[in-house]
Amino acid sequence: MKYETVIGLEVHAQLLTESKLFCACSTKFGSGPNTQVCPVCLGLPGVLPVLNGKSVEFAVKMALAVNCSVNAKSVFARKNYFYPDLPKGYQISQYTEPLAERGYLDIDTNGGKRIGITRIHMEEDAGKLLHGEGPEDSGSSFVDLNRAGVPLIEIVSEPDMRSADEAQAYLKSLRDIIVYLEICSGNMEEGSFRCDANVSIRPVGAEKLGTKAELKNMNSFKFVKEAIEYEVERQIDVVESGGKVVQETRLFDSAKGITASMRSKEEAHDYRYFPDPDLLPLVVSDDLIEGQRKTLPELPEAKRTRFIKDYSIPAYDAGVLTASRDLANYYEEVVKATNEPKVSSNWVMGELLRLLKEDARDVRDCAVTPASIAGLIEMIKNGGISGKMAKEVFEAMYKTGKTPQEIVKSTGMAQISNEDELSRIIDDVITRNPDNFARYKAGRVQLFGFFVGETMKATKGQANPQVINKLLKEKLDK
Amino acid sequence: MDLNSLTIHALSEKLSKKEVSSVEATKAYLERIGAVDDKIKAFLIVTADEALKQAEEADKRRAQNNNITPLTGVPISVKDIFCTKGIRTTCASKILAGFVPPYDSTVVARLKDAGAVILGKNNMDEFAMGSSTENSAFQKTANPWALDRVPGGSSGGSAASVAALECAASVGTDTGGSIRQPAALCGVVGFKPTYGRVSRFGMIAFASSLDQAGPFTRDTIDSAIMLKAMAGFDPRDSTSIDAPVPDYLSEIEKGVAGLKIGIPKEYFIEGMDAEVEASVREALKILEKEGAVLVPVSLPHTEYAVAVYYLVATAEASSNLARFDGVKYGLRVNESGNLLDMYKKTRDSGFGGEVKRRIMLGTYSLSAGYYDAYYKKASEVRTLIKNDFETAFKACDIIATPTTPTPAFRFGEKVADPLTMYLSDIFTISCNLAGIPGVSIPCGFTKENLPIGLQILGRPLDETTVLRAARAYERAAGCTLQAPAL
Ligand SMILES: [Zn+2]
Repeated sequence: MKYETVIGLEVHAQLLTESKLFCACSTKFGSGPNTQVCPVCLGLPGVLPVLNGKSVEFAVKMALAVNCSVNAKSVFARKNYFYPDLPKGYQISQYTEPLAERGYLDIDTNGGKRIGITRIHMEEDAGKLLHGEGPEDSGSSFVDLNRAGVPLIEIVSEPDMRSADEAQAYLKSLRDIIVYLEICSGNMEEGSFRCDANVSIRPVGAEKLGTKAELKNMNSFKFVKEAIEYEVERQIDVVESGGKVVQETRLFDSAKGITASMRSKEEAHDYRYFPDPDLLPLVVSDDLIEGQRKTLPELPEAKRTRFIKDYSIPAYDAGVLTASRDLANYYEEVVKATNEPKVSSNWVMGELLRLLKEDARDVRDCAVTPASIAGLIEMIKNGGISGKMAKEVFEAMYKTGKTPQEIVKSTGMAQISNEDELSRIIDDVITRNPDNFARYKAGRVQLFGFFVGETMKATKGQANPQVINKLLKEKLDK
Repeated sequence: MDLNSLTIHALSEKLSKKEVSSVEATKAYLERIGAVDDKIKAFLIVTADEALKQAEEADKRRAQNNNITPLTGVPISVKDIFCTKGIRTTCASKILAGFVPPYDSTVVARLKDAGAVILGKNNMDEFAMGSSTENSAFQKTANPWALDRVPGGSSGGSAASVAALECAASVGTDTGGSIRQPAALCGVVGFKPTYGRVSRFGMIAFASSLDQAGPFTRDTIDSAIMLKAMAGFDPRDSTSIDAPVPDYLSEIEKGVAGLKIGIPKEYFIEGMDAEVEASVREALKILEKEGAVLVPVSLPHTEYAVAVYYLVATAEASSNLARFDGVKYGLRVNESGNLLDMYKKTRDSGFGGEVKRRIMLGTYSLSAGYYDAYYKKASEVRTLIKNDFETAFKACDIIATPTTPTPAFRFGEKVADPLTMYLSDIFTISCNLAGIPGVSIPCGFTKENLPIGLQILGRPLDETTVLRAARAYERAAGCTLQAPAL
């Protein structure tokens, strides 16, 4: 029998607000344990949550970016369960009345597909347990509550994806957007962008959804794909061998490349959700929504399309150049100065990204200004330097932050394009190689390259190749 | 007259005339506590050193004429449900063993800012769950009018401390009657403001949508003074109301001429104590004589109030009390080193029977499959009860009822039967469900010399009219300022 895979994703994204969702504590990542806590996020008796307005703006921004309708009124609810990293014994989340609903995202696998977004809601993160990392007792567990109360949004998709590739494409696209909006770092390794997948299979043509497994612990795009692919195979095996898929939560083991059962539906928590009486319903005004809509940047998909159309660059280039807002802006500034979209793309995508990648550096921290790259491209164009020299000049620009003009001047790397000077050098080369000159004249035209090479050698590579070609042709064929 | 039997306004006058100092008044109260609290057991902790320091500060403030309020230098106490910076806060529970808050609740901070001197913290039912203060994990508080009887609850220690002249005023909390019921049983004035009028920040939560702090005082003028100091918007409490706080005192003597007082038929029920009913009806006659118009009103969903309350309040409590898990502060019983075992043993030995009962009730009513039939249904009926009051307040300005169906009962009398205990809040619960303000003022005594309370309820945020009517009765009847012989 043939099976169809059905996948829905639940994505948790940490919002880049300065302070936590319900208190003024910092959200900075990587500080010492329990240094960013206060009575509110520690869950001391009698303290109360007060909503961080910035987090609402961020969440609304995301909702608008993925075409959701933002509810005028949403309600915070308590999700009750006991765990040491959850100081209040409940997580403040949203349940029956989320912030936003009914959105979608278009992905471009197999000619494009629309993935429905069921809802986006706001909630607070839990803390972290550290096992056996304590100073005196390696058998104990310790709690770090720095992360407790950090704002999250959960983005729940419809079960619209039909393959691991589609799931990965959706996830990547979602991350591109959220990073573009500058509301989340999108870092999966640090856990700022996390994904759970609901996976089921059904016979091709069937309408009824199969029993799903919820996959957790996939902290890279690669793992998401691997986990889903493994899980689909597993479920097919179960069904083919006469068994039934059970509803359960399964953890992905990246070392083994498998998923393993964590808890079944029978063991599932009853979270006893109910409206949090400490918080008023969240009212989002039209003004707030329209204000956020105005601040929405051009999103990755739209930018890609525009780059392909306006700059006539290949889809691949457009994809690479729009991977981040900063890079895209950088590229556009170069183009503005050079009016050479493809050449600009070659330099930004090639040399610049190569060097940045080697240093694991962001384009924002790059010493080379767009104007400098534009200057370099201009120099090549008007013959000031050769393409080969340009790469060396560029490396120097990257290291020193100097302009190409400054570097060429200080290293004497300027290209010799002066015809009189080159003419003298070529005459000299011909005089020094009478045998080859004679052979060339006798018909060994392949020796043209030999004379080019010798001329280059004589100028330490600084000769303008076009001028050499021209002069050599004149002199040899005369 | 002894210093410790004065009202706030009388003491305040003496303080401003420099007839006495705050230190002298504070010492008088500390002596009184020393003399009678063995019998009353209204205090869980007496903070004598801190109180004397605060009194010195207050005297300085008055000497320098620096930001004086009627409360500057006045010794009061607070229920042990309010977090007090640097002073242990127990909520009368073993589970908070050793907990010393690093912050003041907003109520305590505001009273301190006004210059009040805090003598100590009052006994209560554990986590404010109870109507007799018998559920305290530490001690039983006696009713100063009859030492073999309960003071009511849950703010029984606060009510008893004011009645026994151990402080000029106290602050309690009222979730279903926990201020008004003990005030009635102890013969003092107990005021529950509109939900959101007084900040809940730093007040240990029982049922967040119902809890509200309010004062216990010897008369209604004191009540107005305390309320003015406590009330007002607090950015740390999202449910606190951002509305101006009126000057209650300037309106309080205006009388009740022309005021319409609604008398709900559902509050004069079969089986209520005859002496209580007679006293309350007598009080209504006095108000009528003062010029008020009595109008019959109906609050048809009253019969569901107790059931709704015990579903909503326990549901919220089951969640609010989840933080007491032995992980971060308070009691931890960890014998096996196993997490689940620590949770169970800590909560089993830390919570008393009534608290456990309510956590279980609340957990049940929120559970999958029961939520709709219990919590959700109760929330819907709660709206109907609120609507009842809205409708009634179209026909009247305030509503008057008995505060409790009976006077103070004996220790142990209702402990064995929680349902009977729950019914002692039958007249006070609806007010919390509707979020409206209410006061209980003394309106006489039974033949056994047990105090009886008259309850006056008002429109949301209309504490002014409630106080005005209460004051009109108090002035006309002259039955306040009575102290028990101890
Ligand atoms: Zn905090």
